[in-house]
Amino acid sequence: MKIIKTMAFGVGLVLSAQISQAADSGFTLETVNPEADRVALQNYFKKRFPDAELNDYVNGIYAVDSNSREQWEEIEEFPPYEFAVEEGEALFNTTFANGKGYADCFENGGIGIRQNFPYWSKEEGTVKTLEMEINECREANGEKVLKWSKGDIAKVSAYMAWTSRDQVIDIKLPEDDAGAMAAYLDGKKFFYAKRGQLNLSCANCHVQGANIRIRADLPSPQLGHTSHFPVFRSKWGELGTLHRRYSGCHKDSRSHPLKPQTETFRNLEYFQSYMNNGLAINGPGARK
Amino acid sequence: MRKLKTLLCATGLLAMLSAGSAQAAGQEEMIEMGKAVYLNKSRGNCVSCHQINDPDATQAGNQGPPIVAMKQRFPDKAVLRAQVWDATVNNPITIMPPLGKHWILSEAEIDAVVEYVYQF
Ligand code: HEC
Ligand code: HEC
Repeated sequence: MKIIKTMAFGVGLVLSAQISQAADSGFTLETVNPEADRVALQNYFKKRFPDAELNDYVNGIYAVDSNSREQWEEIEEFPPYEFAVEEGEALFNTTFANGKGYADCFENGGIGIRQNFPYWSKEEGTVKTLEMEINECREANGEKVLKWSKGDIAKVSAYMAWTSRDQVIDIKLPEDDAGAMAAYLDGKKFFYAKRGQLNLSCANCHVQGANIRIRADLPSPQLGHTSHFPVFRSKWGELGTLHRRYSGCHKDSRSHPLKPQTETFRNLEYFQSYMNNGLAINGPGARK
Repeated sequence: MRKLKTLLCATGLLAMLSAGSAQAAGQEEMIEMGKAVYLNKSRGNCVSCHQINDPDATQAGNQGPPIVAMKQRFPDKAVLRAQVWDATVNNPITIMPPLGKHWILSEAEIDAVVEYVYQF
């Protein structure tokens, strides 16, 4: 037993010695290159987890940890988000007081478009997320806006993701607009910057620390992070948006989260989603 | 006045007598405190990243190296203390929090946890 333990320790040591961060094109506007970053991140995880399939990263920690995957596959047999998707569909199809509906606000009537969000809006000079446009649609039609993190907004978003399953994520970075690159870079910097009392960056846990235990928790690889949101978490017992998860991770590292849908969180989502280009939408997802 | 003097003498004598064992008790208390720091989620929470051969350290994580052979690896206890106080000196991107530098632990708690891990 003692020998086995020592051996396990040895593996841990080798792992932590090899780990570096996959931020190859740097952190200045002169050097930053999103395509190079995306390829570097994929290569980094290919090296770390040679047995994992690239397309499977949309399944988070379950792509790399076979133990928890079994439990998850059982959960997916009776998906806990099924009911919420139905409610989301009903909400989506309920007309507003003025006779219009969500379908009037989005391309293709809002069906099968999740893979294009978030996107850079030249006109507004900012990153637009799906949740943001859901609320803008309501506002434009004289309806009250919804709370950002859970509830109806997550249900509508879940239904829209559901109609987009298997669509390939396609985040664009218009080259003729310096603002888009600046937003990407802001999101990337945020991801790699240390913060909070515990001095942790997102990358600490989701790049170098991916699939290594923090007590009983296993952080997922950041590749694939955004593909399945909103997510039904057993711990929440309900759906939550991506920005709700961002808040949770901030609190776990003892730093004060920004408000959902603030510019920096949208830039973070832009960066993270760009990393997933080429992978498929599989929302809503189920997680522990 | 007389009473006070006797009291003082008695206390002095007691202190002299118990000096040896007080040190031992102090050391034990310190290790006890260090262990609490090591295990407590709202204190050091070292157990979330480091395995250690203490039966109470259940569900240890493995982000960091296991706490073994401390005396051999850190002949100079001050080097060990410095690692706990600010791990970013050795590795700027380390996941290990700077427990002293960021006031996560008090100086006394750092001394205590160093004594605790130094046994392993
Ligand atoms: C202290 C470690 C830690 C830090 C720091 C951290 N996370 Fe997490 N994160 C976790 C753990 C553990 C989970 C739950 C397991 C998992 O990854 O699904 C998680 C989950 C997530 C998820 C959901 C993944 C999924 O598959 O559903 C996202 C997205 C995420 N984190 C993003 C971030 C971002 C962005 C940051 C920085 C702002 C961050 N995290 C910082 C540990 C951390
Ligand atoms: C969130 C993870 C984390 C926490 C919490 C943590 N450490 Fe660490 N620790 C690490 C990592 C990772 C290393 C490896 C070196 C590096 O990356 O800086 C390390 C290195 C060390 C080392 C050097 C070991 C060696 O062989 O060189 C010691 C000693 C140590 N930690 C003690 C502690 C103590 C004591 C605490 C709590 C008071 C603690 N650590 C909390 C992650 C952590």
